[in-house]
Amino acid sequence: MRIRKLTRRTRAVVVALAIAPLLMVAACGDDGGSDEASEEAITELGENEGQVSILAWPGYVEDGSNDPEVDWVTPFEEDTGCEVTSKVYGTSDEALNLAKTGEYDVVAASGDLSLRLIAAGEAAPVNTDLVPNYENVFDFLKDTEWNSVDGVNYGVPHGYGANLLMYNEESVDPPTSWGAVFEEEELAKHKGKVTAYDSPIYIADAALYLMKHQPDLEITNPYALDQKQLDASVDLLKTQREYVGEYWSDYLKLISAFETGDTTIGTTWQVIVNAIGKDNVKAVLPEEGATAWNDTWMLSAQAENVNCAYAWMDYIVSPKANAQATEYFGEAPNSEAACAETTDPTHCETFHAGDEEFSKQLWYWRTPVKECLDGRDVECTDYSQWTTAWTEIKG
Amino acid sequence: MRLTALLAAPLVWLIAIYVVALAALLITALWRVDSFTGNLDRSTYSLDNIKTVLTTPLYRTVAIRTVGIAALVTVIDILIALPIAFYMAKVASPRIRGVLLIAVLTPLWASYLVKAFAWRATLSNGGLLEWLGAPVGLQSPGYGLTAVVLTQAYIWLPYVILPIYAGLERVPDSILNASSDLGAPAWTTLRLVVLPMLVPAIIAGSIFSFSLTLGDYITVNIVGGANQMLGNLVFVNAGAANNLPLAAAVALIPITIMIVYLAAVRRTGALDNL
Repeated sequence: MRIRKLTRRTRAVVVALAIAPLLMVAACGDDGGSDEASEEAITELGENEGQVSILAWPGYVEDGSNDPEVDWVTPFEEDTGCEVTSKVYGTSDEALNLAKTGEYDVVAASGDLSLRLIAAGEAAPVNTDLVPNYENVFDFLKDTEWNSVDGVNYGVPHGYGANLLMYNEESVDPPTSWGAVFEEEELAKHKGKVTAYDSPIYIADAALYLMKHQPDLEITNPYALDQKQLDASVDLLKTQREYVGEYWSDYLKLISAFETGDTTIGTTWQVIVNAIGKDNVKAVLPEEGATAWNDTWMLSAQAENVNCAYAWMDYIVSPKANAQATEYFGEAPNSEAACAETTDPTHCETFHAGDEEFSKQLWYWRTPVKECLDGRDVECTDYSQWTTAWTEIKG
Repeated sequence: MRLTALLAAPLVWLIAIYVVALAALLITALWRVDSFTGNLDRSTYSLDNIKTVLTTPLYRTVAIRTVGIAALVTVIDILIALPIAFYMAKVASPRIRGVLLIAVLTPLWASYLVKAFAWRATLSNGGLLEWLGAPVGLQSPGYGLTAVVLTQAYIWLPYVILPIYAGLERVPDSILNASSDLGAPAWTTLRLVVLPMLVPAIIAGSIFSFSLTLGDYITVNIVGGANQMLGNLVFVNAGAANNLPLAAAVALIPITIMIVYLAAVRRTGALDNL
């Protein structure tokens, strides 16, 4: 009996204590938006602050802790006195959330992130006059629609690469068109051995194919799809789904699938082709062109270490550091001068660096937004609709 | 009063970690996301996300697939676990029993990912399964739902063996002897005496394999080919889509299924066996 009484009292205490955190949750409302972005880029640099915090893709900021041979951060720290702390991210969406915390001075952003950062007021304009190495950068990478808005520059180019079509020569005739993974009669030859990139952004690959083969859909930009165009792309991908063995987002998984022969055709990156390193596994840029990524070093609007941030941006686009970083990751560097610094003399050839004709065939990743990127006066589908569509395609 | 203080600490912990988290999940499911800035809009509450989850055919298909996989994994695990546990508890000598117990427990020390990737290699083109099956004309099922069921059944098997083994240990040998003294053949003893006493233990084991499979999304990524389960939809919505409210709404499906399952199971007394 006594125990029971105690238990009841315990219960009251527990309930009171339990409600407390709930109230706390309720009290934590919106903690206010981010600070207003400064509209003007700074015009001169001051003293280095002594530290800089960087948010980037894996393999972009290597200080030797992953591989003692791979280190381009230490020379920077010795030269500038800016101590580097870095964080890596796995997806552009994760990066957006991290960037919003304001803890990072510099962010390496792909085209499907950069405009979102600018729109959210998280990116500050960059004065490229304060980045001496910027002048080396290939001209066609400057002032593009994913690093500039209304003539204001928001970052310096890092490197780029294309989503290519990879195939196993032993079981697949060398394809010249993306039709190999989108046309049913072609797909039927490799049922269960087809792969595709596992991300909503892959819908753009289907849209690019439709853009070239179904002109009546009037697609002009694979990242600006209205509802009808999205539906057509989704239908194409649903047909493809019947023949897909597995999707990939982890590139090591794709490597193993091609090595064992479980997968024989599908999208890839150049770095994956190199990693497999077998003569019978090849990659082509099909006649329709391809989707691609193009990364930009951006300055956070909340940056506390602006001078060190500029120092980093100048350092990482400098020929030597850029060559090290892009070669390590497996993508094209941003300048001719960087091409001269690569350890593999054929690196730039392999990745088609500076090849403007090659670059023109590429549609760099962008974030689909409601306001059509191609300037049409209709409502386009946004990334959340693409995500919903993507889960439906996979079924 | 000392007892109160003693009990309050773990209970507060339990409530703060589990109950509040569940409540937060439920509340999150009522919010929505501003599609342009990607910020959570906490100002309005609506049932839209839950409605989407209930009315979209995709979520129904995936939910049914997930429950089907979980049920199949559970049945397979129970069928394998019963004879193993019986042998361990009633037939094996203490020495062998110890060895078997270690054999069952050791895989739990190996990383889950290593086991899943081992199955990926086993099932692959030219892998172990194909090599073993070739002489008898069997092929590897390849990556797909069959592979998911195989891998999950393997990974969760120890969690099913252990409660059944513990349940069998509690069945006194004297009852088995009495049954055979009264003329029952071994099979009848198993069916009419042992099995009914084991039901709570079997259900306890099934709770593990069923709930663990229900929430899994890694195995299906590694060996599931192009298929997806509920966990993948939660992952995609929370990660790629940055739509936490919808992810929370999807996460309510397995939670609801487990609550229904646990409520049904409670009547059997299996929860006393956990």
